[in-house]
Parts: sequence; C-alpha cells; structure tokens
Amino acid sequence: MLRIKNLEAGYGKLKVLRRISMHVSAGEIVTIIGANGAGKTTLLGAISGLLGNRAGEILFEKQDIRHLSPEKIVSMGCSLVPEGRQVFSTMSVKENLLLGAHVQQRRNRTHDAQQDLDRMYGLFPRLREREQQLAGTLSGGEQQMLAIARALMARPKLIMMDEPSMGLAPLIVRDIFAIIRKLRDDGNTVLLVEQNAKVALGVADRGYVIETGKIILQGPAEDLLSNREVQRAYLGRDLDAEMRI
Amino acid sequence: MNIELFLQYLVAGVTYGTIYAIVAIGFNIIYNTTGIINFAQGEFVMLGGMTAVTLHAFLPLPAAILSAVIITMIVGAMIEITFIRWLASPSVLRMIIITIGISILLREIALHVWGAGVKALPYFTGTAVSSISIGDVHISPQVLWVVGVSSVMVICLNLFFSYTQPGRKMRACSTNRTAARLCGINTKNMVTLSFVLSAGIGALAGCVVSPITYIQYDGGTALAIKGFTVAILGGLGNSMAAVAAGLILGILESFSIWVMPTAFKDVISISILLLILFVRPSGLFGSKEAAQLKEF
Repeated sequence: MLRIKNLEAGYGKLKVLRRISMHVSAGEIVTIIGANGAGKTTLLGAISGLLGNRAGEILFEKQDIRHLSPEKIVSMGCSLVPEGRQVFSTMSVKENLLLGAHVQQRRNRTHDAQQDLDRMYGLFPRLREREQQLAGTLSGGEQQMLAIARALMARPKLIMMDEPSMGLAPLIVRDIFAIIRKLRDDGNTVLLVEQNAKVALGVADRGYVIETGKIILQGPAEDLLSNREVQRAYLGRDLDAEMRI
Repeated sequence: MNIELFLQYLVAGVTYGTIYAIVAIGFNIIYNTTGIINFAQGEFVMLGGMTAVTLHAFLPLPAAILSAVIITMIVGAMIEITFIRWLASPSVLRMIIITIGISILLREIALHVWGAGVKALPYFTGTAVSSISIGDVHISPQVLWVVGVSSVMVICLNLFFSYTQPGRKMRACSTNRTAARLCGINTKNMVTLSFVLSAGIGALAGCVVSPITYIQYDGGTALAIKGFTVAILGGLGNSMAAVAAGLILGILESFSIWVMPTAFKDVISISILLLILFVRPSGLFGSKEAAQLKEF
C-alpha cells in the first residue's frame, strides 16, 4: 500500500531523514519507534505532504505522491492524525467530524455524513455525549479520540498516527490502543509512530526502529520486543545486566 | 441637551457605527483566514459605491447594486489570485505592504475612471429631505436602510459561518490551518473565498451608505481607518465584538459634536485606536492569551 525508497527530508538545510526505506501492506499495523528527535514526526510529515522539502520515492498504491499537496494526498486515502491532536478547538465535536468528511463530500456530492457520524459515535461513545461541546474543552484522551475519528471520517485506506499516547494517562492509552487494534480488525491499515515502544509493539504486526534519521532495525513486532538492543534502549530493561545477576 | 436632540445624536451614531462595524467585519474575515490586515478593505467599499453609481445610469437601483456587489467580489478574487495566492510562505510584513500597495492601486484606478468628483446613489426610498418621525425624533429612511441591511448582513454571515460547510471550512482554516489541510481542505481556496466575501460585504456597505455620506475615489481610506479602529477595539478576528465596538465608536463620535467642533470628529477614532493599542492591544472583548498567540 505504502512503499518508501531512499526518502530524504528535512527543514531547510537541515537534513533529518537519511535514506529511509520502508513499506506498509494492506491490513497491517506497522509501528515506527524511536527516541525524541529521531525523525519520526518528520517522516510522517514527509509522507503526508506537509513537508515540501523531500527527495526519494514515496509510492501510495503504486502512485508517486512525493510532489503532491497534503490536500491531494488526503483525498487519495492517506490520512494523518497529527502530533498533539490539532483538533479545531473553537469548534464543536460534531463540526470537527463534519470537516473530516470533507474529502468524502468532494468525491460524492450527495454523500451523507450522518452514516459516518453514527459509525464514529459507535466507535467512540464519549464523542456522542460531547457532540455539541467545543473541542478545546475536551480532555486530552477525548481530543485524541476526536482527532482519530476526524481522520476516519475521510474513510482513509491508510491512517497514520503520530504519538497517539502522548501526554495521556496509562488507562486512556490502553483505551486508545484497543481502538487502534479494533480498527485493524475492521480491515484498516495503520501506520503508528510512537515513543512508547512497549505499547506500540504490543499492538503492531511489524515495526521499524528509527535513530537519528535512519532505520536501524526492522522486523515482526514480537522479534523486536525480544531484541536486546530494543529492550535496552526503548523498554528500559538491560538483559545483559539481568543475566549477570 | 433635551431628549430629542439626544436621540437624534444617538441615531446618527448608530448609523455610522453599523457602517464601521461592517468594514471591521470585512477586516476580520480576511484576518481570520490569512492572519493579515487587508488595508485595501476601504477601497472595496469605495469600489462598490462607485460601480453602483455608474451602473445606475443604465439599470434600476436594485440591479445596479447587485451587479456592483458581484463585480467587486470578482475584483476581490482577482486581487487575491494575482497578488497573494502564489506567495509560498509570505511574512506578515510583506503581506501588509502588498495590501497597502493594492489600496493605492485601486484608488488611482478609481481616480482615472471616475475622476475626483463626489458621487452618490439616490435615496433608496424617499428623498434627502423626507423623514420618518418616531415621537419627536426624525429619521431619514436611508438610515433605516443602512441599519437594516447591515443587520441582515451580520445575521446572514453568522448563519453562513455556523451552519454551512464552506463557512465551517473557513473557520477551520482560521483555527488550525495545518489540521484543515489534513482534512483535505484547500486552504488557498478558502483565502480566495475570504477576499470575495469581504469585498462583497464592503461593496454592499458602500452602496447603502453612499446616499448619506457620498463617495469619492479616496473615500475608502477614511472608512478603512475607522473600520480598523473598530476591529482593534473589539478584538481582531471577533466579528460580533466588532458590531459592539462599531456602535461604541459611532455613538462616541456623534456625541463628541456636543463638546468639541465637528472638525475634530476623526480625532476620537484615532485617539481610541492609539489608546487601545497602548492599554489593551487584545481589544475590549478579546482575551489576552489569544492576542499573545497572534502573529500580528
């Protein structure tokens, strides 16, 4: 579904990503884990088109999307749930969701957003309760749910999420990841960028480890979970030290 | 001062106040989607009035006004497309200088097309001397037109922004442009739409007010300063606050005649502008936190 070859991207003269190659197949959850400043958000920015300055090849469903605008990429079916939620804070929950339906309405003039709204309220019952509330007054977890729901309103083929666990209490993180797993079970494809490696690898099928703009490790999620390097650097366990004891 | 005179001043104040409010709303619409102040806003008002006067020679009044509004909207769109749209990531300063340039350009074009003479549309109903008496207060029917049309315009704008999808999209762009793009909204089209909308309401304001105030090729500048004052006074970007601030300024101006010569009327708005910029730059109804986040 998504295939990236030798992607280089950055801000102005600063090159953040160096020759990244990766792929996401239909129906799987792929996670990208890495520390702060490793280039995770930059990678999603480059795929979604928010970052203009990029070289290499980004194929989405066999079409090169490297030169397309974010609007076009979203309408092709590749949606991003941005870092820090970015909900329309001065607008109501319902209005946020309706704006998410924009590309559906562009595709089909007679599109009825109500059906999608009901689907989202089914997935996130909390949002139905808060339908008329301003998005800025929601709790962090609710805003994250709203951001995910808003992206899903476009019925994307691939949904990319940037740190959905950021700043949330562990219980809420569990809820959010339960929903991500449910999305995959419903046939969605998810590209998940996370600092919280343990949770992310817990739900993912495959994973990539990114460090200073390069992919240093990749493989099935279980393999990465048991990998010594990953355990030491991202899961806070030092297996070598534990062996000695 | 007797009560009749008081009410008479009040009516005059409200009339001017609503016009200032409409110009201020024009500023706010563009400010909200682009983050810039469009200093050519007053020229839209002038252009609308002038075009309507010219068209009125061939067309009945309602048709002339409608065509003038549509023509000004097209001009607004063309201005945005030729001068603003292609700029990749312009700085606020650059955008402001561009809009000042546009305002000078429009003014000079108007001077060449219409000359320096003063023009006006006829009174919509009645004549310059007819009046409607409410008690002892005499109101020109045109005043009712100004207040009526402006109120309808404000209500329609509110409905547009709250209940239609294009209105929502424009608000989305002003709240969070990145998120709007990630929803697949073409933010550049929304900016064009905001220019079209402000040009349209500016032009309509120019038409309804022209029988009372008359218009001239450079009449837009004075209105733009008043409108800008009102926009700042209410809090930039807040259209409902602009209505309140417009009425405040209009009424203050009209009562100032009481204590000082008419010639000093404009001093009021400039002093208020300076005062508010020094004391409370976020405006009477704006929040301090929001003002700090703004680029300009």
